[in-house]
Amino acid sequence: MCAASSPVAGRDGVAVLDAEEIRRALTRIAHEILERTHGGDGVILLGIPTRGVPLARRLAARIGEFEGLDVPCGSLDVTMHRDDLRLHPARALGRTELPPGGVDAKTVVLVDDVLYSGRTVRAALDALNDLGRPRAVQLAVLVDRGHRELPIRPDYVGKNLPTSQREVVHVLLAEVDGQDGVMISDGGR
Amino acid sequence: MTDHDSWLIKGVTIPGGGEQGREEQTSILLTGESVAAVGPDLDHPGARILDAGGLIALPGLVDLHTHLREPGREDAETVETGTAAAALGGYTAVHAMANTDPVADTAGVVEQVWRLGRAAGHCDVQPVGAVTVGLAGARLAELGTMADSAARVRLFSDDGRCVSDPLLMRRALEYVKAFDGVIAQHAQDPRLTEGAQLNEGEMSARLGLAGWPAVAEEAIIARDCLLAAHVSSALHVCHVSTAGSAEIIRWAKSKGWPVTAEVTPHHLLLTDELAAGYDPVFKVNPPLRTKADVTELRRALADGTIDCVATDHAPHPVEAKETEWAEAAFGMTGLETALRVVHRAMVDTGLLDWAGVADRMSVRPARIGRLTGHGTPLTAGAPGHLTLYDPAAPAEAVTPAGASKSRNTPFAGMELPGRVVATFLRGVPTVLDGKLA
Amino acid sequence: MKRHLISAADLSRADAVLILDTAEELASLADRPIKKLPTLRGRTVVNLFYEDSTRTRISFEAAAKRLSADVINFSAKGSSVAKGESLKDTALTLEAMGADAVVIRHGASGAAHRLAEWVQGSVLNAGDGTHEHPTQALLDAFTIRRRLRGTGPSGARGAGLDGLRVTIVGDVLHSRVARSNVLLLSTLGAEVTLAAPPTLLPLAVGSWPCAVSYDLDSELAKSDVVMMLRVQQERMTAAYFPSVREYSRRYGLDAARMARLPGHAIVMHPGPMNRGVEIAAEVADSVRSTIVEQVANGVTTRMAVLYLLLGGMEFPATGVAQ
Repeated sequence: MCAASSPVAGRDGVAVLDAEEIRRALTRIAHEILERTHGGDGVILLGIPTRGVPLARRLAARIGEFEGLDVPCGSLDVTMHRDDLRLHPARALGRTELPPGGVDAKTVVLVDDVLYSGRTVRAALDALNDLGRPRAVQLAVLVDRGHRELPIRPDYVGKNLPTSQREVVHVLLAEVDGQDGVMISDGGR
Repeated sequence: MTDHDSWLIKGVTIPGGGEQGREEQTSILLTGESVAAVGPDLDHPGARILDAGGLIALPGLVDLHTHLREPGREDAETVETGTAAAALGGYTAVHAMANTDPVADTAGVVEQVWRLGRAAGHCDVQPVGAVTVGLAGARLAELGTMADSAARVRLFSDDGRCVSDPLLMRRALEYVKAFDGVIAQHAQDPRLTEGAQLNEGEMSARLGLAGWPAVAEEAIIARDCLLAAHVSSALHVCHVSTAGSAEIIRWAKSKGWPVTAEVTPHHLLLTDELAAGYDPVFKVNPPLRTKADVTELRRALADGTIDCVATDHAPHPVEAKETEWAEAAFGMTGLETALRVVHRAMVDTGLLDWAGVADRMSVRPARIGRLTGHGTPLTAGAPGHLTLYDPAAPAEAVTPAGASKSRNTPFAGMELPGRVVATFLRGVPTVLDGKLA
Repeated sequence: MKRHLISAADLSRADAVLILDTAEELASLADRPIKKLPTLRGRTVVNLFYEDSTRTRISFEAAAKRLSADVINFSAKGSSVAKGESLKDTALTLEAMGADAVVIRHGASGAAHRLAEWVQGSVLNAGDGTHEHPTQALLDAFTIRRRLRGTGPSGARGAGLDGLRVTIVGDVLHSRVARSNVLLLSTLGAEVTLAAPPTLLPLAVGSWPCAVSYDLDSELAKSDVVMMLRVQQERMTAAYFPSVREYSRRYGLDAARMARLPGHAIVMHPGPMNRGVEIAAEVADSVRSTIVEQVANGVTTRMAVLYLLLGGMEFPATGVAQ
C-alpha cells in the first residue's frame, strides 16, 4: 500500500468522500430514519456483511444519541441467497445475527455500504423472507453508484455517485480498514 | 514347416564376443535351422541380407513363466496371441503355466497346449505341469505321465497358488528326481495373506488395503530351500519380490543347495507407491514392494543370486481391471516390454552388461527349464534362435496396444529405451523390423 | 481430485477451518422456522450407497435438501448393482442423469477414487472400505470445536483445534473413521494418540502424524477428547484379540475410566455403538457424551461441504473469493 498525501491514504484512486463527509452523511441518514419511521418505532437495523455491519452499528449509535432510543441492531448474511453462485467460486459466509425479538412485524432497515446492481439487496430480501415477516423493509446505503439491474431503490442514501461500470468503488471504514473514506479507482480487479 | 531361406545378418555385435571372445561387429549366417557360421566377412550367395548395423544379437530369449490362458480364458489371451507377443518381445521359447481351465494336470492338457504352440509357430511353447490335481494342494498330479508325454514336461508349478502343505512339497520335490524335474514354487503362505491386496507397508496402511506381508513369501522360501536340500532335489522360486527373499536364496546357494530363482521385470522397476490412485493395473501377485526391495532385487540379479528374469505375463480382460481394487484380478502383461524394462533397470544403471542379459534371459532360463535347444551361445552349430535388439533406439512411451489380447500393462505411458528389431526361431524370422513376420 | 472430497488429506488447514466456520454459520438454520436455503436449487445430488447405512445416507440427504438440491437415492439392494452391474456402468448412468455431485459409500477401499475418474461432477466420499470417511472427521472436528472452543457470537470462528489432545481408541486397522480423523485433527493442530492392542494397529502406523499407546489407562488423564471406535465381533475369530471380555476390560470405556478423565473432557463415538463392548451404557448416555449432537453436526457439516464443493471450491484451496 502506498502512502499518499491526501487524507485518505491507501489505494490508488480518487477520494470522493473523506471521514468528515461520511460522518455527516450518517448523521443525516439517522435523522431521516427517525423522520420516516415515526421516531424509530419498531425499527431494527440489519447490516449486510462486511461493511454494512459497522455502518448499521454507527447508525444505531447516532439514533441513540439523538433520541435516547435503543435501536436493535444485527447482521444479515446473504451469501446463500445470491443468484450468481454458479458464476463465482463459493464464498465464505458472513455472520447472521438477528437481535432478540426477530424480524416479525418490525420495520427492518437493511444497511449496506454500496448499492450497485441491486442483486445483493434482492438476496437480502429473500433471506429475510425465510427468517420471518417484517412489517416493512427499507434500505439505507452509504453510496449509490447507479447501474441497477433490478427494480430496487434505496430509501436513504449517503451520496449519489455516478460511475462507469469500469470503475471500482472502495469504501473504507475504521472498524474494518483502519480509516474512513470512499475512493474510486479505474479498472482495478 | 516353411522353406528355410538362409539369412546373413551383417554388422551385428554379439555381447560376450561370440567366437572371437571380443565384442566387435561381426556377421551371423543362418542356414537351415542352425547358425552356420559367425565371423567378420561372411558371404553366402542366395542368402537374404539383414543389415544389423548398431544392433546386438542375443540368443533367443526364454521365458520360464508365462500365462497363455488357453484352454479356458481365451477372452484374455490365446496361445496364438500370447506367443505372438512373446516373439515381439524377442522370445523364442516360453513356459506356459498350468493354471488354465481345465488345469494342466494331465498329459492330455499339456499335450494340447504343446500342439497349439507348434501350430501357431511364433515361438516354442513348453507346457508347465501342475504339481497338484486342480491346483488344490491336496494330491500330487500325474507328474511322471506329463513328463513322458509329447510335451516332455520338466517344470512343474501350481503357480497362482502356493504348495503350502510342507509334506506335499517334500513329496513333490522327491518324486521329480526320477526324471530330472524341477518344482517351481509360488511362495505365498495362504494364512498370512488371506484377502491381501497390496504389499504390507506404509502404502497399504494409508490406502486402507489389506496387507501382503513380505514374511509370507520369505518363510515359504526358507522352508522350501531346506526341503530341497534335505531331499537333494531341484527347487525353483518363482517371481522373487522381496529383499529378504533374495537374502535367503543367497544363503541357500552359499550352502551349495539346488535352488534357482527368477524375478519379474516389473519387480525390477516399480514400487507400491504406484497404487496411490487405486488403479488396479498395478495390482499383481506377489505385489509391488518398496524401493529398498527393488534395489536389492537388482543387486541379486546382477550377482547371479537370482538366476533369471521371467515375465509372469498375466493377461486379463478389460473388465477384470476396470473396477474397484479389491474386485480386480491380479496380474500384469510383460512379454513385449520385458527386454526394454531390463535394459532400463539393469543395463542403463550399470548393474549388468548385455552379455549378462543374455545369460539371465536366455542361457540360465533354458538350463533351469531343461530346455535343450534353447539358450545356447551364438556360435557355429548352435540352434538358430536369436534376437536382434537396438539398444540405441530412442526411448519411446509404451502403448497398451500390442499383439497380446490384453491391455493391462503397468508401463503404459512410460518411456522405455531400446527396441526388439528381429527374432529368429530355428533360423526362420518370426519378427522383422519390429513387426510379426 | 481437486473438485472432490475423497480423503481428509485433500484439505489444507485453511480449507478445514473454512468448512468448520461455514458449518458454524449454517448451524443456526436448525433453529429457524424455515430450515431451508435456496443455494443449491436446481442441482442434483445422488446418494450412491453400496453399503447399508441409513444414518449417513439420511444425513447427506437432509444436508442436500436443506440447500434445496434435488436428491436421488441409489442403494445397492435390489438394484442393477445387485444384478452385477459394474461400478463403472453405474457411474456412466449417473453421468447421463446429470448428477452435479455423487455421494458414495462403498465396501471397497478406493471406490471413490475410481468413481471420480468416470463422472464429471463432484465426488464426496461417504466411506470407502477401510480407507477414509472425511465428512465424519469434519463433523467430529466441528463437534470438538463447539464443545471445547465455543459456539455462537463468542465462538471459535477462524480457530483450529490447536493444543487439544484427542485419544482414539479401538480397531484402527479397519477403521476409515480413524484414518480420516488422524489426518484431519492433526491438520487442525490437535495432538492425536491412538490407543489399541498391537494387532489392531497397522504396522506402518509409526509414519502417521500421531502417537501410539497400547495402554488406554495411561492416556485418560491427559485427554481432552476420547473417541471410541466400534469393534466388530468378527475380529475375534481372526485372532485380533482373544475375547470380547478381554478387549472390553483392557480397552473399553466404562464409568470408572470416564471418571478419570479431566472435568471438561468429552466422549465421542461415530456410531453405531456396541454398548457394553467398547463403551458402557452409562458413558454413552452421560453429559460428556457428544454422540447425539454428532448426528446434528453431521447434517450441518455436510451442508457446508456440499455448498463449498458445488460452489466451485477446489481442495486444497489457495484462497477464497470474498
